[in-house]
Amino acid sequence: MATSAMEQPKSDTVARLREILYDTFVKLNPQIMLHNPVMFVVEVGTVVTLWLTLTAHNASSREYDGLVTAILFITVVFATFAEAYAESRGRAQAEFLRRSRASARARLLKSDGSWDWVEGETLRHGMRIRIEAGDTVAGDGVVLEGVAAMDESAITGESASVIKAPGDSVTGGTVLLSDQLVVEITTDPGETFLDRMIALVEGAARQKTPNEIALSALLGVLTLIFVLVVVTLGPIARYYGAHTVDTTTLVALLVCLIPTTIGALLSAIGIAGMNRVAKINVVAKSGRAVEASGDIDTLILDKTGTITIGNRMATEFLPVPGVTVKTLAEASWMASLADTTPEGRSVVELAESILQEESLREPVGEAVPFSAHTRMSGIDLIDGRRIRKGAVDAIVHLVDQPPPALRETADGVARDGSTPLAVAIDHQALGIIRLKDIVKSGLKERFAEFRAMGIRTVMATGDNRITAQVIAAEAGVDDVLAEVNPEGKLALIQQEQGEGKLVAMTGDGTNDAPALAQADVGLAMNIGTMAAKEAGNMVDLESNPTKLLDVIEVGKQLLITRGALTTFSIANDVAKYFAIVPAMFASVPILRGLSALNIMGLKTPHGAILSALIFNALIIPALIPFAVKGVRYRPQSADRLLLRNIFNWGFLGVIIPFIGIWGIDRVLGLFGLA
Amino acid sequence: MSVSTVATWVVVIGGLLLLCKPVGIYLYRVFTFQPTLLDRPMKPLENVIFRVLHVTRESNMSAVEYGVAFVLTNMVWGIMAYTLLRIQGILPFNPEHFGNLNARLSFNTAASFVTNTNWQAYSGENTMSYFSQFAVLQFLQFVTPASGAAAGLAFVRGLSGRKLGNFFVDLTLVLTRVLLPLAVIFGLGFVALGVPDTLAPYLHVHTLAGQTQVVPRGPIAGWEAIEHLGQNGGGFTNANSANPLENPSALTNILQSIAMGLVPVAFFYMFGLFTGKKRLAWTLIAVAGTLFFVMLAMIYFPEAAGNPIINALGLSGHANMVGKEVRFGMGGTSIFETSTMAFTTGSVASAHDSFLPIPSMAFFLGMFLNMVFGGKGVGLLNMLMFVILTIFLMGLMVGRTPEFLGKKIEAKEVSLTAVAFLLHPLLILVGSALAVATPAGIAGVFNPGPHGLSEILYGFTSAAANNGSAMAGLGASLPFYEIALGIVVILGRYASIMAMLLVGESLLRKKAVPQTSGTMRTDTPLFWGILLGSIVILNALTFFPIMALGPLAEHYLLMAHHLFT
Repeated sequence: MATSAMEQPKSDTVARLREILYDTFVKLNPQIMLHNPVMFVVEVGTVVTLWLTLTAHNASSREYDGLVTAILFITVVFATFAEAYAESRGRAQAEFLRRSRASARARLLKSDGSWDWVEGETLRHGMRIRIEAGDTVAGDGVVLEGVAAMDESAITGESASVIKAPGDSVTGGTVLLSDQLVVEITTDPGETFLDRMIALVEGAARQKTPNEIALSALLGVLTLIFVLVVVTLGPIARYYGAHTVDTTTLVALLVCLIPTTIGALLSAIGIAGMNRVAKINVVAKSGRAVEASGDIDTLILDKTGTITIGNRMATEFLPVPGVTVKTLAEASWMASLADTTPEGRSVVELAESILQEESLREPVGEAVPFSAHTRMSGIDLIDGRRIRKGAVDAIVHLVDQPPPALRETADGVARDGSTPLAVAIDHQALGIIRLKDIVKSGLKERFAEFRAMGIRTVMATGDNRITAQVIAAEAGVDDVLAEVNPEGKLALIQQEQGEGKLVAMTGDGTNDAPALAQADVGLAMNIGTMAAKEAGNMVDLESNPTKLLDVIEVGKQLLITRGALTTFSIANDVAKYFAIVPAMFASVPILRGLSALNIMGLKTPHGAILSALIFNALIIPALIPFAVKGVRYRPQSADRLLLRNIFNWGFLGVIIPFIGIWGIDRVLGLFGLA
Repeated sequence: MSVSTVATWVVVIGGLLLLCKPVGIYLYRVFTFQPTLLDRPMKPLENVIFRVLHVTRESNMSAVEYGVAFVLTNMVWGIMAYTLLRIQGILPFNPEHFGNLNARLSFNTAASFVTNTNWQAYSGENTMSYFSQFAVLQFLQFVTPASGAAAGLAFVRGLSGRKLGNFFVDLTLVLTRVLLPLAVIFGLGFVALGVPDTLAPYLHVHTLAGQTQVVPRGPIAGWEAIEHLGQNGGGFTNANSANPLENPSALTNILQSIAMGLVPVAFFYMFGLFTGKKRLAWTLIAVAGTLFFVMLAMIYFPEAAGNPIINALGLSGHANMVGKEVRFGMGGTSIFETSTMAFTTGSVASAHDSFLPIPSMAFFLGMFLNMVFGGKGVGLLNMLMFVILTIFLMGLMVGRTPEFLGKKIEAKEVSLTAVAFLLHPLLILVGSALAVATPAGIAGVFNPGPHGLSEILYGFTSAAANNGSAMAGLGASLPFYEIALGIVVILGRYASIMAMLLVGESLLRKKAVPQTSGTMRTDTPLFWGILLGSIVILNALTFFPIMALGPLAEHYLLMAHHLFT
């Protein structure tokens, strides 16, 4: 996503920076700030110390008050900057796309095959357009005709071009590099990927997700507790005399204690989470759905094709008695040379890996293409031999005396969940090629990771039981339901939900719509029907069902990042107390013993307080990368995850500020401020 | 450490650990209405009570109904107590002819006893008739802990997915099945060990020095039993369990320590049985137990090492025995005081005012936390409040919406829990600030320096925690304190219980999510560490400044051999 932004001309970068800065200051408006109680308190504190600065009686306290005011102001600015920056990351791309769409015109096909230029906004669902090399695609749609290379970098940030063939979806804003396509538009204006993404990015700042609301409530109460602690500390400290503590220091203590780190970054985390979803080319209709995906207990994969590479591959030659593997392989090789389907190519590859390549001579003859009628393909060699491969039944009809072993082998292959393909020369059956569904690489490991995280994967497929079970076993899916109709899928989801589980599922067909709507997270494929896309709460533009796994990771990362920064924020307070409490009472003789708490050896009381405040401010921009990219996440069990994060954010959250505040105090010392 | 110290600790702590399981099982059976040993004698009595109250064992209430029943019942008892104290002079069983109590003291006493605080702005032997002692105060010592336990029960039921139950049924059963039988056993035990129990007038004795001394006595043994079993803590006499007639020997001292912890610890185990998660219960017992040991160490070691200023003068043996009873020694005193602060009883076997600053911080710790087992039911409620807060704060780090016992913790639960957490510091800090900032409050301070401030803080902390112990030295009988502390005890008791009842009901309504390996586990050593850490940090962040101004400042002055003249 960042790529496209970076590829923009330099003037755009400047403009974007200016926009971020503008937003940063607009967000300082107290009315806007009010939605973030933590930072609102800091803003109020800034006003209080500013007033104290202006009314200070002597130069030294004016300098101190002024410095505190400046640091508080910077703290607030850092917070609004973090939010503005996160928003701009999503918006930069959205704006870019919005511009490219605005200029896009489309060649609208008429019924007679000719076309007219029309404006992109006038395109409606069902219209057909023609796209030629160099055109910017004017709307989302599905390729009907043609094969062409597409530059999708504007959306995906990937510079490599993508080949589009019939059935593939194209996305508005992308650019056609070669050839031409006929595309059927699948969305009405306002519903395109672009529109949804803009809505999501812009909506993220306003609409809080359930967990965000809960966390905000807790942060609000924590802030209230610290306000209470600091406001009552004034009167209680007066026990030792009227001038025990000054108000500026109390404000400084308050700002250090309230969870400013998470308060400043909370909305940036949410916005960045939505951006990460958009980055993997998934359009989420709400932030709630993304967050819910972190809680998924059961993953329902809607068909075998979801987890296999989609093409069956030849994996074994099984000759009938009396025929060698070599003979069968050679015949299969010759019969498949002209076959350009993935299955045909896989037969050629398998044969070549078995046979010595030098011994293979290019056959001379006429290729016989596959036809639905014969259910065979092959080659008629110039020496008169006719080699055929095809459905077992068809070959059985073809040969004179089918050996019983042929049928037995074929049945055995079918029982294993593979597809048998018979091969014959003239009227003699040679044997069977085993065609097998191959599980996508890496998926098995991924399912294992998800199992460790407590997510159960269930394959609910309309395929026959044997095929489904074999694929399921190979992929390491936990459970499989074969020969299920759409109602069955719906019932399965309801059953899981009845047990209190959160269910995610993928689907593309219209008959999947009820199940997609019932699931807590329904990921519809972009190539799927409108009904499916309407029913789901997310759409994957690349129509890759395993994308659900990525979405789940984004959801989890979102929650982890919030938890980590909250924990860090609170853990930080320990060191701040050790800096500020001894310093704030240093002027009271009877309390001087408290300087024993100054374990960091901070030089002067004012220096100590300023150091703590500066650390408190600087930690915000320092953590922006974590807020925006998310805390590193590896799928593993909750206990291991917790242990690691508690160490990184809880334990180190206590330690780091001691070092940081000590370091800042040394630096201040160089400038004579400490 | 002497052999007797170790032996005393082992007997008390070992006894509590051994008893928590059988007593927990017994409590579980009683409150799930399964047959127990006491069915035969108690059931007919209970049936009569239930018939009068128009309830059955199966009756149920919503959280609001339960809370309202709890508060209203307490209010009726409070008004009753107030009235009876105001007209004490005309009531029977008053051999010493004590007069009516004034309005302020009656309010303070009624509020304090009805909230299970038992803060005493009076000295019993010079103020209360026998009637007031046993019919008013001792009555409240039975029913108020029972109502606190009932609230805890309702919350536990909610968490375990059961209906909350009926307040009046729970209240009755806590009394008939738990407090009354135990009080009979312990009361007889105390009588056997030399605690008086009589309605005869005070003794007038001629001392060896040839003078006449009045020895106050009365129905003390029964009082001692329920005072400790109910974590009440109000003494029959002013000296409380330091008085040899209330707590005559090392043995009664051990028995009273055990009596305080018996039901609160068993309540934790009972929680495990209700929820079917015994490992979770043991984890929570381990967390509270760890804090108990921390308090014990903070009290014992500095006291045993003695006052550095006096040690430097070479004046005495090492231990700081000021304000302590020789018959208990440092071992017996430290375990009794740890128990009374941990279980929020508030009875004392020594003068809290004369403890060194670090041990007094242990007293504060017990009251700030209010969940080192705490009072029965209420302590568990506070522990679970911290569990919920911790799970929400840390639980996000496993990448799931935080859940406890399979129930998702969302905005409503977090807000209510956080508010319950907020109330405690609110009362302590605002109360103390008012006391320091107003002449009426400052007038009660008789000690100079940080110790005087500690006394104010102690008063409000004790009231907010419904503990009831006092650091003597504060003018607690001044109008300001009688009224302010009276208000604090009431708010401290009811507001947070109400909030937690609503949390319990809200969780009850949620559908349980099955546990997977993706769920944060709450029954592991890791969770023990996390819970302990977050309890310590959350409380330290809230109370560190006032601790720095009070006991910590005093500690450093002591280390610097600073004297106040």
